[in-house]
Amino acid sequence: MRTWLRIFVVGGAISFRALFSWIRPSVYVPTLLLGPTTQVLFFAYLGRTAHLESDDWFVVGNAVQSASLAALFGMGFAIDGERWSHTLSAVLATPANRAALFLGRAVPVLLNAAVTSATGFLGGVLLLGFRPPWSAVPALALLVLIASFACTGLGMLTGAVGLRTRDVPIIANLTMAVLLIFCGVNVPLDKLPGWMHSTAEALPLTHAIDAARRVADGASLGSVGTQVGVEIALGTAYLVAGFALLRWFELEGRRHGTLDRA
Amino acid sequence: MRALRIVASGFVFNLKMVGTSSFFLLTAIVQPVIFATIAFYMYRSGDRAGTLLYAALGAGMMGVWSTTLFGSGGLIQWQRWQGTLELGVGAPPSMTLVYLPFSLANATTGMYALAATLVWGRIVFGVPLHFVHPWLFALALPATVISLGLMGLVLASTFILYRYANALANLLEYPVWIASGLVFSTSLLPGWTRPISWALPPYWGVLALRHAALGGGVWMPLGLVVALGLVSIAIASYAFRWFEHLARARATLSLT
Repeated sequence: MRTWLRIFVVGGAISFRALFSWIRPSVYVPTLLLGPTTQVLFFAYLGRTAHLESDDWFVVGNAVQSASLAALFGMGFAIDGERWSHTLSAVLATPANRAALFLGRAVPVLLNAAVTSATGFLGGVLLLGFRPPWSAVPALALLVLIASFACTGLGMLTGAVGLRTRDVPIIANLTMAVLLIFCGVNVPLDKLPGWMHSTAEALPLTHAIDAARRVADGASLGSVGTQVGVEIALGTAYLVAGFALLRWFELEGRRHGTLDRA
Repeated sequence: MRALRIVASGFVFNLKMVGTSSFFLLTAIVQPVIFATIAFYMYRSGDRAGTLLYAALGAGMMGVWSTTLFGSGGLIQWQRWQGTLELGVGAPPSMTLVYLPFSLANATTGMYALAATLVWGRIVFGVPLHFVHPWLFALALPATVISLGLMGLVLASTFILYRYANALANLLEYPVWIASGLVFSTSLLPGWTRPISWALPPYWGVLALRHAALGGGVWMPLGLVVALGLVSIAIASYAFRWFEHLARARATLSLT
C-alpha cells in the first residue's frame, strides 16, 4: 500500500513536472492563465451582438469549459510525453501498479485544470462585472473541481487514443471543439438539434456547466445534486474507459513492438 | 528577378509543407468551421439569422488569422527544431526575403478557412452567398491575406529572441479576433481599444470583405489594409536585422 501511494503521489508529481510541456511561466501564463479570460470576453461580446443570454451566462460556460484545455492537453502530455522523451518502455517495463502510475498522473492535471477554470471566472469578475453571491463561491469551486475531474477522465481516454494514433495535440484540439459546440457552453442546449442535445448528455461539462449556472444564479448545491451526480458518473466512466484502453494498448504495443514508435 | 525567384520557390515549397501538416489543416479548415457553427447557432438563437453571411466571413477571417499566427509563431521555432535556422540566417539574401514566402504561404493556407466556412454555411445553414461587389471581393481577399502574411512576418521576426513563441501565439489568437471585430462590431469594445483595432490589418481586411459582400465602401478599408501591409514589411525588415544581430551577439539563435 505504501509503494502504491508513493507511486501515486510522488510519481504523479514528478511526472507532471517533467512532462507537462507548458509548465514554464513564459508558456503557462499566456496559455493557461490569460487564455481563458480572452475566450470568456470573446464569447460574451459575440453573445451581446447575437442578443443571446447575459454576460454572466457566457462567463460561467466558458470558464468551466476552460478546464478542458488543461485537462485534455495535460493528460496527453502525461501519457504521450513518455514516448517523446523515450522513457515509455522504461516506465512500462516496471512492475509498478498501473492504476497508481496513471491515476497519480491525473491528480496534478485535475488540480491544474481547476486553476485554469478559476482564472476564467476571475477574468469575468474583473472585466465583465460577474458577481455571483458570495455564498455560491464554495459550491462553484466544487463544481469546477468536478468538471475538471470529468475532463481529466476524458483526457485519459483521448491520451490513450493518442498513444495509438501518435497525434495527441490534434485529438485534444478536436475534442475541445466538440465540447465547445455540444455542451451548451455558448449556445443553449434547447437551441441545438436533437441529436446534438442527446450527445451532449453523454459528454463531460454539460451537466457541470448547467449546475454552475444555476448555482451562480443563487440555487443551492443540493438543488443541482442530479447534475453533480451525473457529471461524476460520466467522469468516472471516461476515466475507467481510458485506463482500460491504456492497458490494452500497452499489451498490444508490447506484442507488436510498437510502444516507442513515434 | 532573383528576389522573385526566392519568393516564388519558397512560397511553393512551404505551401506543400503546410499542406501536408494535419495541424495546419485543423487550424485552417476544421477550427474555422467549428467557430462558424457556433456563431451561426448563436446568431440564429438570438433571432439574428439575417447576419449569417456576416458571421461566415468573420469566422473565415478568424481562420486566416489563426493560420497566420500559428504559422508565424512556429516559423522560427520549426526551423530551430529542423536545424535549418542557421542555414536560413547564413544565406546571402536577407532574412526578410528568406522568410517572407513562408509567411505568405501560411496566410494563403488561411484562405482555405474562408472557403470552408462559406461552403459549410451554404450547405448546412443555407447562408445566401450573394455578394454585392463580387469583383471587389475577389480583389480584397488576396490583399487581406497578403497583408496578414506580412503582419505575420513582423511577429516571426520578434519570435527570434523568444524561445516559446508558440505560447505567445496562443495568447494572441482571441485578443486579435476581439480587437479586429471579426464577428461583432468593435463599437461594443471600450473606446481606448479603438486605436489598437485601427492598427490591425485584420480589422480593415474584414471590413473590406464585409463591405464587398454586404454593401458599403470597399476602397478605403482596402487601401488601409494594403498600407498596413507595406508598413508591416518595413517593420519586419528592420526587426529581422536587429533581432538577428541580437541573437548572434547573445549566441541564442539555435537555442530550443
